[in-house]
Amino acid sequence: MRTATQIAADVRGGVRRAVDELADAYAAIAARNEELHVFLHLDEAGAATQAGAVDAAVARGDDPGPLAGVPVALKDNLCQRGVPTTASSKILEGWRPPYTATVVERLLGAGAVPVGKTNLDEFAMGSSTENSAFGPTRNPLDPARVPGGSSGGSAAAVAAGMTPVALGSDTGGSIRQPAALCGLVGVKPTYGLVSRYGLIAFASSLDQIGPLTTTVADAALVLEVISGHDPRDSTSLPEPAPTLVAHLGDGVAGLRVGVVSELVEGSDPEVVSAVERAASVLRDAGATLVNLSIPEIRLGLSAYYLIAPAEASSNLARYDGVRYGLRVDAPDVAAMNEATRTVGFGAEVKRRIMLGTYALSAGYYDEYYGQALKVRTRMIEAFALAYQQADLLIGATTPSVAFAFGTKTADPMAMYLNDVFTIPTNLSGDAAVSVPFGTGEADLPIGVQLLGPGRSEARLLAAARVLEIAEGRA
Amino acid sequence: MSRPDGFEMVVGLEVHTELKTATKLFCGCANRFGAEPNTLICPVCLGLPGSLPVLNERAVELAMAIGFALHCTVSPSTFHRKNYFYPDMPKDYQISQYDQPINVGGYLDLPDGSRVSIERAHMEEDTGKSTHLGGTGRIHGADRSLVDYNRSGVPLVEIVSGPDMTSSAQARAYVSELRGVLIAVGASDGRMEEGSLRVDANVSVRRAGEPLGTRCEIKNLNSLRSVARAIDFEARRQIELIGTGGVVRQETRHWDENDEVTSTLRTKEEAEDYRYFREPDLVDLAPDEAWQERVRATLGPLPAQRRAELAARLDAPTPAQLDAVTTVVDLDLEEYVHAAADAKADAALALSRVVNEVAAGLDGRARLSPGAFTQVVAMEQSGELSATQAKTVLGELLASGGDPAGIAAAHGFERLGEDDLAAMITTLISEHPEEWARYRDGDDKLAQFFVGLVMKATRGQANGKDVTANLESRR
Repeated sequence: MRTATQIAADVRGGVRRAVDELADAYAAIAARNEELHVFLHLDEAGAATQAGAVDAAVARGDDPGPLAGVPVALKDNLCQRGVPTTASSKILEGWRPPYTATVVERLLGAGAVPVGKTNLDEFAMGSSTENSAFGPTRNPLDPARVPGGSSGGSAAAVAAGMTPVALGSDTGGSIRQPAALCGLVGVKPTYGLVSRYGLIAFASSLDQIGPLTTTVADAALVLEVISGHDPRDSTSLPEPAPTLVAHLGDGVAGLRVGVVSELVEGSDPEVVSAVERAASVLRDAGATLVNLSIPEIRLGLSAYYLIAPAEASSNLARYDGVRYGLRVDAPDVAAMNEATRTVGFGAEVKRRIMLGTYALSAGYYDEYYGQALKVRTRMIEAFALAYQQADLLIGATTPSVAFAFGTKTADPMAMYLNDVFTIPTNLSGDAAVSVPFGTGEADLPIGVQLLGPGRSEARLLAAARVLEIAEGRA
Repeated sequence: MSRPDGFEMVVGLEVHTELKTATKLFCGCANRFGAEPNTLICPVCLGLPGSLPVLNERAVELAMAIGFALHCTVSPSTFHRKNYFYPDMPKDYQISQYDQPINVGGYLDLPDGSRVSIERAHMEEDTGKSTHLGGTGRIHGADRSLVDYNRSGVPLVEIVSGPDMTSSAQARAYVSELRGVLIAVGASDGRMEEGSLRVDANVSVRRAGEPLGTRCEIKNLNSLRSVARAIDFEARRQIELIGTGGVVRQETRHWDENDEVTSTLRTKEEAEDYRYFREPDLVDLAPDEAWQERVRATLGPLPAQRRAELAARLDAPTPAQLDAVTTVVDLDLEEYVHAAADAKADAALALSRVVNEVAAGLDGRARLSPGAFTQVVAMEQSGELSATQAKTVLGELLASGGDPAGIAAAHGFERLGEDDLAAMITTLISEHPEEWARYRDGDDKLAQFFVGLVMKATRGQANGKDVTANLESRR
């Protein structure tokens, strides 16, 4: 499959038309969507209009933008005006947002062509897409296995060659984990770098939107387009988008790379050796390796499973049957709320709403939510300290390669443990990238994770590029 | 205030004021009363999935202005979510300030000289408005409920007083004074009938000297009259309950405007657990000194200051005149008195004309210039117009404008010539010799008798002072 960088160059140069790129994308989708269940909705009319507009701009001699004609898949928790948006929940089935998310506006403004909405774990709660109300997505590399989650549909779209780029959202690893399991590059940007306006909230203080791509260069290209201050998001950083593509060749010479024991412990042997090998590649490229221990990482999972559900219990209160989405009628309002939510939400969503409600309740707040906030502060401090000793950190993205369907659904803790290496970055608000590096069981891809302080995306992507070259990719 | 039965009431008030901003607290929708239902809405104030709040700077400025006017400290503050389900609240949580409000620790001085402490004045968003059809008109048992979200997200400041008030009259005076302050700083239009000012009253009773009793909160009092009546009813209810061996339970009560009774809304046990936590979609709010100073610089004079300035125009004002001063400031009419006083006219006379005649013709105040008013007062003072004539001229100015001298001339309000007046009085004395003798012998009350006769004969056109002077000269 051609990359976004190649497609945009061809379309801007008049070598290929956007409508032809779009036709290729829909052909690839048609070939495998039924088997893999990647898209929940295809916006063929909207995509054709946008592709036509890009071609018209090229014909006029106007610059259609840095993503001209690039087909893009959108996770179905991103709002696009008039396009059905469900967050993979029955409670939002049939809802069409009357407005467009900032990231989607920016993609459109850059000439990208959104082709449709991809499957996810309901309200982004999960690590396998098995929690989608509309059925799971299969991993294109081995359809008997999960693609990861919650951005599993977005990862599968790119891994199956349907689109070169997809957007996902990452609350505890939901971009990086599926990227790792599908052999892709996935970026969790610094909190506030990318506007959340139009992203259906799961846990507002942790959610960030980011790209899933086949190459590091594509990730940089897309991230440049979607980041930068947005006055509609109060938590948006007050600065323009960073320059990333121009720094891709910066390398790692002179950088200190922290090898963090807690970011590999408990992983499969192949994963451990992939991380060790990646570290040595960086050392060979001129970096200095520093062995670090950040014990607070072990506390991340517990804190996360109080903070994220607490925020979710509040964020998901609005799905009450009054204004939009599903309504199950009942004799009075309270009964209608209850009936709607009972039918509309899946088991995992209900579990987290209950957990979060409990954690915030009078008499339990201090012990649970309050305690989790303290752990979060410790995590932030621990990473700040680590970033005084190292310019970036290296570890695994997930403890194992893609797992088979059903192997973790019976035990929520086993599923949650899949995110143990990714969650700390969401809690600290910093940046991290997952880059494919080596293979493990059944020749499936392994993701190596590079972590950096806030606003270190250029450095992380340059390091990821070093690993990518060492692997002979792109 | 201790009552005959030995009980006293303790009242604290929570006053919610809608802020007079152009747009809502977290979005760009117009903040306007009376529009077609659900026409002033957007994804943010409807709480649509994916929407995010952005704080309105002007609302912050008005909140600070309220704080300054109430002598509060403006502090770094945060927003929380108050979680509960209600159909007119689109997100099923309200964004409100909780343990770190923008204004803390102030006070409000009332016209009677008492001081009420202010615990806090914090910002929050308003909900939509529900209309329940059928049944009781309340949500339980209604056949249908309609919700208008135009009000959803309108900025509010909630001003919480200390439990400092001891009578319904004082509570009423507090709300009235607070309303004046809110209008004065431009924060509110003060329209209680449109719900832009809403009062919750915390009422408890105790025997004098005992610790505070259990309080009940009465929700949504929408007029000064309701505030006073609801508090009186509730205090009486609690006293009767205690008097018959009962115990006051902490609860939230509803005030029924028609039956003038309070009734239980929910008991303490039924109270919601709001699960407050920091609103992650907003950042901390810490107005710097420069911003605070800019807001402080825009503050106009407060009612207390205006009353003091107006009272200073009078020599040793009587209690009745001080009441008039309060009324005149409430009605924003003091410029007339100041104009008259500046022109060396009688300020007390001017105050009396404003609180009676001008206040009665408020609709026409745009037609009455301070200059014309001053002229009428001066004419009355000099005797050119009698009191009755002056009132007539003012009434006409308020009704249709014009100039005072022209109106007086058109009515034939010419001063009765001294000779004509003297001749008339001579005739009247000859017709009433007995009364005249008593007057001459020192019975001053009889002066009024003769003034009345002259007024009757001239159909009120004579000047009473001229008549008295003439009578005096004949003694």
